[in-house]
Amino acid sequence: MSATQPTQQTDIFGKPVDEQHKDNYLTHQRGLMSWLFTLDHKRIGIMYMIAVLSFFFVGGVFAIVLRVMLTMPIADASNQMRFEMNDTRNIVESSGATVPEEAIKLLYEPGVTDAEAQQQKIEVVLTDAASSAGAGAKVVEYPELINARDAAAQKYTQDLTNHNTFYNQSFTLHGAVMVFLFIIPAIPAIIGNFVLPLMLGAKDVAFPRLNLASWYCYMGGALFFLWVLGKGILNFLVPTLEGVWGGGGLDTGWTFYTPYSTETNTAVVAATAGAFVLGFSSILTAVNFIASIHMLRPKGMTWFRMPLMLWALYATAVIQILATPVLAITLLLLIAERAFGIGIFDPALGGDPILYQHFFWFYSHPAVYIMILPAMGIVSEVISVFSRKHIFGYAFIACSSMAIAILGFLVWGHHMFTSGQSELLNAVFSIITMLVAIPSAIKVFNWLTTMYNGSIRLDSPMLYALGFIWLFTIGGLTGIYCATLAVNIHIHDTYFIVAHFHYVMVGSTLFAFLAGMHYWWPKMFGKNYSERWARWGWLLVFVGFNITFFIQFIMGALGMPRRYATYIDKYTIYHHISTGGSLILTVGLFLVLFVWIHSLLKGKQSPANPWGANSLEWHTISPPPHANFDHAPPATDPYDYSHWRWRPEIAGYVLNEDSEPEEKDAMARNDS
Amino acid sequence: MISILAQAQTKGISLPEGASTYAGQVDWLWNYLTYVSVFFTVVIAGLMVLFILRFPRKHPDDQPHGHTHNTALEVTWTIIPLIIVMSIFLWGFRGFLDMATPPANSYEVLVTAYKWGWNFTYPNGATSEQLHVPADRPIKVVLESKDVIHSFYVPAFRIKKDVVPGRYNETWFEVDATRNGITLDAPEKEYDLFCAEYCGLNHSRMVSKVVVHTPDSFTSWLEAASDQGAGLTPVEYGAKLYKSKTCAQCHSLNGSKLIGPTFKDAYGYPIELKDGSSPIIDDNFIRQAIVQPNSHGVKGYQPVMPAIPLSDQEVTALVTFIKAQSDKYQPEGGGEEAESGDEAKAEPEQ
Amino acid sequence: MNKVDDNHDPHLAHHFDTPVQQYSSAKIGMWVFLATEILMFGGLFCAYAVYRGTHPDVFLYAHHFLDTNLGAINTVVLLASSLTMAWGVRAAQLGQKPILVIMLLLTLLGGVGFMGIKTIEYSSKYSHGLWFGSDNAFYVKSGKYTNPEELTGAIEYGESHAMPHEDKGELTDEHLELQVKDAATEDVLDNQAAGEAQDQSLPASAQSNIGNATNAPAGLSSKFAEVEGDGSAYVTSEKKPLTYEDLDPQQQKLVSQFFQIYFLMTGLHGIHVLVGMALIFWLFIRALRGTFGPKYFVPVDLVGLYWHIVDLIWIFLFPLLYLIH
Repeated sequence: MSATQPTQQTDIFGKPVDEQHKDNYLTHQRGLMSWLFTLDHKRIGIMYMIAVLSFFFVGGVFAIVLRVMLTMPIADASNQMRFEMNDTRNIVESSGATVPEEAIKLLYEPGVTDAEAQQQKIEVVLTDAASSAGAGAKVVEYPELINARDAAAQKYTQDLTNHNTFYNQSFTLHGAVMVFLFIIPAIPAIIGNFVLPLMLGAKDVAFPRLNLASWYCYMGGALFFLWVLGKGILNFLVPTLEGVWGGGGLDTGWTFYTPYSTETNTAVVAATAGAFVLGFSSILTAVNFIASIHMLRPKGMTWFRMPLMLWALYATAVIQILATPVLAITLLLLIAERAFGIGIFDPALGGDPILYQHFFWFYSHPAVYIMILPAMGIVSEVISVFSRKHIFGYAFIACSSMAIAILGFLVWGHHMFTSGQSELLNAVFSIITMLVAIPSAIKVFNWLTTMYNGSIRLDSPMLYALGFIWLFTIGGLTGIYCATLAVNIHIHDTYFIVAHFHYVMVGSTLFAFLAGMHYWWPKMFGKNYSERWARWGWLLVFVGFNITFFIQFIMGALGMPRRYATYIDKYTIYHHISTGGSLILTVGLFLVLFVWIHSLLKGKQSPANPWGANSLEWHTISPPPHANFDHAPPATDPYDYSHWRWRPEIAGYVLNEDSEPEEKDAMARNDS
Repeated sequence: MISILAQAQTKGISLPEGASTYAGQVDWLWNYLTYVSVFFTVVIAGLMVLFILRFPRKHPDDQPHGHTHNTALEVTWTIIPLIIVMSIFLWGFRGFLDMATPPANSYEVLVTAYKWGWNFTYPNGATSEQLHVPADRPIKVVLESKDVIHSFYVPAFRIKKDVVPGRYNETWFEVDATRNGITLDAPEKEYDLFCAEYCGLNHSRMVSKVVVHTPDSFTSWLEAASDQGAGLTPVEYGAKLYKSKTCAQCHSLNGSKLIGPTFKDAYGYPIELKDGSSPIIDDNFIRQAIVQPNSHGVKGYQPVMPAIPLSDQEVTALVTFIKAQSDKYQPEGGGEEAESGDEAKAEPEQ
Repeated sequence: MNKVDDNHDPHLAHHFDTPVQQYSSAKIGMWVFLATEILMFGGLFCAYAVYRGTHPDVFLYAHHFLDTNLGAINTVVLLASSLTMAWGVRAAQLGQKPILVIMLLLTLLGGVGFMGIKTIEYSSKYSHGLWFGSDNAFYVKSGKYTNPEELTGAIEYGESHAMPHEDKGELTDEHLELQVKDAATEDVLDNQAAGEAQDQSLPASAQSNIGNATNAPAGLSSKFAEVEGDGSAYVTSEKKPLTYEDLDPQQQKLVSQFFQIYFLMTGLHGIHVLVGMALIFWLFIRALRGTFGPKYFVPVDLVGLYWHIVDLIWIFLFPLLYLIH
C-alpha cells in the first residue's frame, strides 16, 4: 500500500487509541492455558484456524503424493511389458550371464499362440549367441530365462500391489481429511466463529462454552484420523504390527461405500468414529450460530438488514443441524455392521448396500452446500465492499441461500443415477438438481450487477472473489452436465466428476476462504500483509488450480474412471499436465502461507477499517478488544459505504465524528 | 486467457468416438450443454473483465450510485435459466429412458464382476474374460457381483451401470456395424471396458475389452469359446486360467508372499490354519479353497479371496495346475517328477 | 447437556443484555439440539420403514419374540415420569422446592424402572440366543447360523403358531410372554396353565411338546422339528399366524434384521434415557441445595424438554416394534 504505514492503533474515527484502551483479545490474557480454556469466540476461531490449516496441510500432502504417483511409470499400465523385460534382463545379468536382446523380444512377443515354436526360436537365438560370445561370456539357458521371466512377472505384481495400496490409501485419506477436517469446518468454524458475533455487534456467540466444546470435539475427531494415519504408517514400517492391532490406514474412499468398507482390512471403524465425533463439532457450531443470529441481533438489525454473510452462515447452520445427525446414525450403522456384522447393508443377510448410499448422500450432498454457502456469503461481502457499491438484489441473494439450503436436501439421489434405482426416482432427482442451478445463477448475476457502475479496487480479497466467480461458473455449469441424466451416465464416476467437484468444493470454497482470510486478516491480527506478494500468491493458486483440474474435465469426458491407481496409456498426457498444475498450486499456497507468516512477524499495524466496509465488525479497533464492543454500535445498512472517508495517513477509512453522533455516543460509552 | 480456456472448452472437452446406437443422442445433448456453458462462461467472464476495466476505483472516496435492486431483472434471470435447464432436463430424461429400456429381442449376456475381473457368460454356457458381442443387434447385459459393488462402463457406448451384490441390474447397447467400420474385412473391433466403482486394491486393473464382431465372426468365436480347454492338458489349461482368472494377482508361483499364499510347494505340505490345525494340502483342500474361498482360514492371510465363477472342468484344471507347482506332485508314480515340473513351467503365453 | 451448563450461573452471562434474552437463547438452542436428536433417530426409523415396507411378513413374524406386556408397562412408566418432570418444571418456576425435589426423585425412579424392565427384556433375549449382531439364532450368514429348531426361546414360536383367531391375538401374546418368563424361571405351574390355555388350538404334534417345553430344550427342538414337518398344512390358511417356514428364503434371511433394528433403536434410546437420568440426578442435587427458583429454572426446563423428547421417541418405538399386526 502506498500510504505511509502507521505504527499506532487507531479507532474508527482515526484517533490513536490511548494506552489504557490498548487491550485486545490477543493480549488480554497470556499463556497456553488462557487459550485452551478460552471462551472468547475470536480465540476459538484462531484455534480452529491453526488446527484446520494443519489438516489442510496433511490433506494437501496426500494430494501431492497421489498426483505424483499418477505420473510414475508404473501408473501407466502399458508399461508393464517394458518393466518385465527390464527385470528379466536384470535378473539374468545379476546371475552373471548375458541374454541377447532378440531373445527377450521373442519372449515377450505379443499374441503368440504356439508355445513350442516360440521356445524353439528362442533356443536358436540363445545357441547362436552362445557360440558367437566365445568362452569367457556365459549366455543364459532357456529354462533359466523362463525362470527369470516368471520372477520378473512376480516382481511386477508385487510392485503393482504396493503402488495400488499406497495410491488407494492416499486418495482416501486425501478425501476424508479434506472433506471432514478442512472444507466443512474451514469457513464456518474459522471465519464464522471470528466474525459472526462481531457482525452482530455482540460480545460473543450465544453459548461460548459449547463453542469451546466444539473445538475439542474437532480435535477429538482429528485424533481418530491421526490414529488411522499413524497406524497405517507404523504397519508399513513394522509389518508384524498388523497382526497385533489390525490394519491401519484407510482405503475405502471417503464415502465408505458398503460392502467394501465392511470387508476391507483397514481402520474403517476408527475413521468413521472420527467422522462421528467431528459431526458433534459441526452440530455444536451450528446450534450456536442459529441461537446467536436469532437472539443476539442488535436493535435495528432486522432479518433483512443482516450482512449476507450472516444469511449464508444461518443457511449453513440449518443444513448442519438437519443433515449431520443422519450422517451420525449412518456411521453408527456402519460401525455396527463392521464390528457386529448386523448385516443391515449386507446382501447375504437380506440387507441392501444401496440403502447405505441413500443414508450417506442424504448427509453428504447437503454437506456440499455446507461448504459452498458460507463461501458465497464471503463473496457477497467482498464484491460489494471492493466495488464500494451497495450489493445488488440483497433479498434475492439472501433468499437464494435459503433456497439452496432447502433444495440441497432433495437432490441426494443424483449420486446414484447408475446404481439401478428406478427411472422415476432418477427423473425426480434430476429435475430438482436442475432447480439448484437457479438460485446459484441468481447469485452470480447479482454479484456481476453489483460490480456494474461500481468503483472497483483489485486488492487480493477481490481477486480471490473474482476467481471464485470464474471457478464457480465453470463448476456450476458442469454441474448441469452431471445433473442431465443421459449425459451423467457417461461421466458418472469419471474424472469429469472429480474436476467438477474440485471446481465447486476446492476452487470455489478454497478461493472464498482465502478471500475471507485476506479480507478479515487485518481485523483478526491487526496487521497488514504484503499486498504485492498476496497478489502473486493469488496468481499462482489461480493458474495452478485451473491447469490441475480443467484438464481433468477433458480426461473424464474421454472416459478415464476416477480412483484409478493405474490407467491405460491414452490418458497419460492428461495426468502429467494435471500433476504439473498441482505443483504450481502447491507453490502458490505456500506463498500465501509465507505472506501470512510474514505479516504476523513484520506486518504494520492496520487501521480499524482498511477497506471502507460498513458491517459492524469494522466498527471496532483492529484487533478487536476482548469484549468486542461494550455497547453495540448502531446497526445501519451494512452495504451503505457513504459515511466512510479515506484517511491516507493511516491507510484506512474513518467516520466523521460530527456527522455520526450515535456512533460517537457508542464509542464514548465504550470508553467510560 | 479467457479466450484460451473458452476455446479449450469447445474443442478440448469432447467425448470419445461414440459407437452405440444411442451415443449420437447423448453427444448431441453434450454439445448443446457445451454451447450453453461456453455462452454463459463467456458472458460472465466477459462482463467481469469489462467491469474491472470500465469501472476502476479512481478515488478512495468514490461514491458510485446505482440501483440496489430491480425486480424485473431478477425475474428475467430467474426465468431464462429455468427454461434452459428444464429443456436440458427433458432432453436428458428422454435420452435416459431410451438407454434404460432394453428392446425385447435383445441378445442376453450375463456379466459377473468380482475382485478384480470380469466374467461373461453367453446363452449357450460359454464364458470369456472379454465381452464378445455381435454388431447390429441389441445386447442386454445382466449384471451380477460376487462381492462388492462394481460398475460396468464402456466409454465408447456411453453406458454405465453399477454391479451391486444381492441384486441384478441390467442395461443394453447396440453397435451399428457399418458406421463403426465393422466389415467382412475387419470383422472385429475392440472397445475399452472399465470398472467405474471403486472396489479395492486392483480396481484400476479391472479393465477389459468389448469385442464387437460381425454376426458370422461372432458365431465362429462363440463356437470356439464353448470349448476352451480343447487340445490342452489339464496343467496347460490350468496355467491359462491362472492368468486369465486373475489368480496371478494374489498367488505367486515362486514362493513369494503376495496377498494370498504361494502355489509353489503348497500341495503335499502342511499348512497352518487360524484354528491351530495344520492339515496337509490335498486335492480336496485345493478344490474347497477355490470353490468356497476363505473357508479354511489360513493363518497370516486376510480372508479376501473372491468366489471366482468357474466351471467344473476349469476347477479341475486349476487344481491340477496348482498341484503341479509342488515337488510332491508325482502324476505317474514318482519317476516323472522332472517332466511334470517342465510341464508346469509351460506357462501361459502373454 | 452442555447447553444447560452454560446457564449454571444464576446471574446473567456477560454477553446477554437481559435474562429474557438469555432464557430464550437457551430455549432455541435446546430446540435446535432436539431437532438433531429427532433426525438421528429418523435415520433408524427410515431403516425400519424400508425393511418393514419391503418385507412386512418378516416383522410380523419376528415381533412375536418381543414381550408386549413389558413394553406396555415401560410405556406407562415413561409417560408417568414425563408427567412428574413437567410438574417439577412448574414447581421450579413457582419456587416450590419440596415439590421440585420429590418430582425429580420420582422422575429419576421412573427412569430406573424403565431401564430395569429393559434389562429384564434384554437378558431374556440374550438367554434365548436372540442377541445383537451375529449372536442371533436367525443370523443366516455362513458358519454362524443356528437352526431356529435349536432356539431355546422357541416356545414363543409355538405359541404364535397356535394363534387361532384375530380376536385372541392379545390374549395369546400374553401367554406367549408368560411362557418366556416360565422358560427363564422354570416355574412349572404357570407353564401348565399356559399349556392348558392352548390345548384347543394347538396341533397335536405341538401340544405333545408343550408340557416338557420349559424343562428340556431338547423337547423344544423336537417339537420344532415336528411343526416343521407339518408346516405345509398351514400355508393356505388365511387366519393362520406366520411360521418360519411360511417365509421365503429371502425373508428368512431378514428375520435377524428385525432384532438388529430392535436392539439399535431401543439401545440408542436406552443410552438417551441414561443420559437423561444423569442430568436429572444432577438437577436433583442442585434442587436439594435450593439453587432453583422463579428467577432461575432454565436447567430444569431444558432437561425437561430433553426428557419429553426421549419419552416421545419411545411412544413411537413401542407400537412400531411391539404392536405389529
